[in-house]
Amino acid sequence: MTTYSTVNSRAPRLDAPDKATGSAVYIDDIRLPGMLFGAMLHSPLAHAKILNIDTRGAKRLSGVKSVVTYEDTGLIKYGVSPARYDELLFCDGKVRYVGDEVAAVAAVDLETAVEALSLINVEYEELPAVLTMEEALAEGAPLVHDEYQRNIGAEVHHEFGDVESALAQCDLVRTDTFRSKRQDAAFIEPQGCIADYDGRGYLTLRSSTQTPHYVQRTIAMVLGLPIGKVRVVKPYVGGGFGPKAAANAMEMAACLMSMKTGKPVKMGFTREEVFLHSRARHQFVHTLTTGVKKDGTIVALKNECYLEGGAYTSFGIATIYYAGSLLGGPYRLQNMKYDGYRVYTNKPACGAQRGHGGVIARAAWEQQLDRIAEEIGMDPVELRLKNMMEAGDVSCNELKMNSLGMRECIEAVRDGSGWKEKKGRLPKGKGIGMACGFFVSGAGFPIYRSDTYHATVSIHVSEDGGTVHVYTASAEIGQGSDTAFAMIAAETIGIPLDSVMISSGDTEFGIDLGAYSSRQTLMTGHATKEAAVDVRNQILAVMARELKVDISELDIKDGLIVFKHGGVDFSRLRARYIREHRGWQGIARGNDPLTFQEAARIAYLARGTIIGRGKYKPAELGGSHKGAAVGTSPAYGCSAQVVEVSVDMETGRITVEKMTDAHDCGFAINRTSVEGQMQGSLSMGLGEALYEEVKFDEKGRILNPNLGEYKIPTSLDMPNVNPIIVESHEPYGPFGAKEVGEGAIMPTIPAILNAVYDATGIRFQELPLTPERVFMALRAKKQKP
Amino acid sequence: MRDKAKLKMKVNGKTHSVEVEPDASLLEVLRDQLNLRGTKKGCEEGECGACTVLIDGLPVVSCLTPALKCQGLSVETVEGMEDGKKLHPLQEAFLETGAVQCGYCTSGMLMSSRHLLEKNTNPTAEEIKIGLSGNLCRCTGYVQIIEAVLSAVKKIKESEK
Repeated sequence: MTTYSTVNSRAPRLDAPDKATGSAVYIDDIRLPGMLFGAMLHSPLAHAKILNIDTRGAKRLSGVKSVVTYEDTGLIKYGVSPARYDELLFCDGKVRYVGDEVAAVAAVDLETAVEALSLINVEYEELPAVLTMEEALAEGAPLVHDEYQRNIGAEVHHEFGDVESALAQCDLVRTDTFRSKRQDAAFIEPQGCIADYDGRGYLTLRSSTQTPHYVQRTIAMVLGLPIGKVRVVKPYVGGGFGPKAAANAMEMAACLMSMKTGKPVKMGFTREEVFLHSRARHQFVHTLTTGVKKDGTIVALKNECYLEGGAYTSFGIATIYYAGSLLGGPYRLQNMKYDGYRVYTNKPACGAQRGHGGVIARAAWEQQLDRIAEEIGMDPVELRLKNMMEAGDVSCNELKMNSLGMRECIEAVRDGSGWKEKKGRLPKGKGIGMACGFFVSGAGFPIYRSDTYHATVSIHVSEDGGTVHVYTASAEIGQGSDTAFAMIAAETIGIPLDSVMISSGDTEFGIDLGAYSSRQTLMTGHATKEAAVDVRNQILAVMARELKVDISELDIKDGLIVFKHGGVDFSRLRARYIREHRGWQGIARGNDPLTFQEAARIAYLARGTIIGRGKYKPAELGGSHKGAAVGTSPAYGCSAQVVEVSVDMETGRITVEKMTDAHDCGFAINRTSVEGQMQGSLSMGLGEALYEEVKFDEKGRILNPNLGEYKIPTSLDMPNVNPIIVESHEPYGPFGAKEVGEGAIMPTIPAILNAVYDATGIRFQELPLTPERVFMALRAKKQKP
Repeated sequence: MRDKAKLKMKVNGKTHSVEVEPDASLLEVLRDQLNLRGTKKGCEEGECGACTVLIDGLPVVSCLTPALKCQGLSVETVEGMEDGKKLHPLQEAFLETGAVQCGYCTSGMLMSSRHLLEKNTNPTAEEIKIGLSGNLCRCTGYVQIIEAVLSAVKKIKESEK
């Protein structure tokens, strides 16, 4: 068994000291000289023609430096998927939701900018709006975008195998419809940015983004700048979870106004603007038909899905594909049909959120599988074990599981929770439920069609002193990626973690597609490892030449040069190093082992600055059908969870009492961070299951755009969690690592649903399970004869 | 221009005299006038707890506290937690147990935890949950934060032996 010095440990995070002392710098903490403050004018109407925009009053206000509308931008459309660029920086002909961006102002202070907004006079002609999917799909409904009939912005139709004839041969076929609600990611740091256009025509945007690379490309495209003159820098980011992965109008408006004024322009969302512009989880309505044999073999699945997408597409093309492609697995299922429709409405746009596209499909299906298990008289754990895929299996939609510790995860939560003693034996009002799920370790393809590397990393070795500096454009957003990459570099080179510095989140540091689709540990991790191998090889090559030994005789371990068979005289190199450091304390002398510090110095003297380079892109991945790009990944993480709940049978209030969670992350680079991702996922899933819903009034205005009325879990809501790390050693992951950040949320909602059923005998087909919904269902059940 | 008002308050043990807008919040004065930006702005509605500071030892959300209410009072922020260069046991415990992920709630969590431990030197996990229930965290699921506070309790006890 390999022993490691750094990876697989519980190393404290490199960013924690800054964050725990208040010295970590987030976007709102940055002040630049001469900085202006920007604010955005939003549409007050859900759907309206713009007849006229009069900005004269705003421009006359003292302290106002820039007022911009569509007239200043050109009409370049943007979005996330090039297949559906449907947004303009500012609305031209019409507004499509309450909050749609109409104009922006930059002024000497925020108060003046906000006052100027009130002096912009926009004449609207109100149009009838569509606020629900039912309204949007109705015959003759008003169109959000004229070119999309019935307001269907995207649709997907897939069939693998032959579902209808497979269903005809099943012993049991069930159809259920499941409905979720729109969610908000509710990160604690609202998004913000500062754009700074300098006298030489270079634009620097500091932004609280998850994806500096995509923001750089979008800004350059919309504002007509060469990509090389746009730099995006991400300071510390206070949580992302998906919505910070898309370029937004605020960033572009700040850049535009900085270009016009030559001054830095700072903008930031209020909490209400987070709800309007930070594109989080869609509403999903899934109708699932599953057919099984009476021995529990799952034979066929039909999945029809409608997504309420809001006024623009954003990540929605990927979402609609994921809502189909992430079902089927991790079960051995040969026949699957998917029909997905993403529907435009006159509401804020939805996008990606943790477990992108797959979470609600998973909730619906894992609950349905639980019903099926009951109907055929099989333990739900047994049903899952019977159908489980194993490493090497390929799903019917061509997702290849090179590693899959799903069975180990199920057995771990079964045994770790006392499932056998508890299932079916808990008193009324108490229940236990389980579910499974899996998720990609990075999207197999970039968002735009390209042969680009997904990550490039360079590691600079200090010319003296024995430290290295990792440069990556990847995005540390709280998940711990900086620490993971530093650990990978330390382990690979063979030096202690405290000899590694890391700088990240800056487009000047190379290419990295950013923090989304749980890609960084695997992809940026690979590139980091390759760069570290390069550093190591360069230094050892110099050592081999200087010491006249074969390079295979040399190793680096814990900051020391190791000679596998000993007997190598390095006194000449040591003397050289000491000669350069006369009077220095604390350097190796005499017969002390040769250090990395000395070797790195000698290598520099021979070759100049040592820079290791690494890159990564996935190998060719399977799937030739249209849309196969969404869902394919070099590796898949997977999870199983058991949840115990108690339900107050009088009030309908649900308390989650215990969660047992096993996640196969391939190999834990940092065990504490892996557990942190598991616990955070559980918490978010718990909130989505029990509390969270963005609500609207009949005019399309958000009723609860704040953290008081949009309820996320507090410390009082989180149960005792038992996180179990399963390591299946992914052959395509660095050190065998794959994702944990999103797969871990997959089983949470259905495990809660199944536990609530065990406690109450009621199947809920609509989220969230608020006390009101549960109370009404309990009452209805009581009234039934 | 509105008349500014004079405000004298102690922050982290040091007396500050500043001229403030009459409607300025304590959070704005701390961040913009005293350059103490460790205290974070998460919602400006008193709901997330990221801006929690202690006033005369009691936790408040500084975004909803008018700065002028602090006339003559003593304010403590995350920047005042270290004793010279030595981290407070809570800070140490937070970074050892994984209680810090994105870090945006951390300052507020630390201040609420500090208040909790000053009131109750030996809290149970349940009491810690109650003590931190006004501070939202979306990253950690609170588990490692609660562990951190329990670990800090141990550290403090050991240091007092």
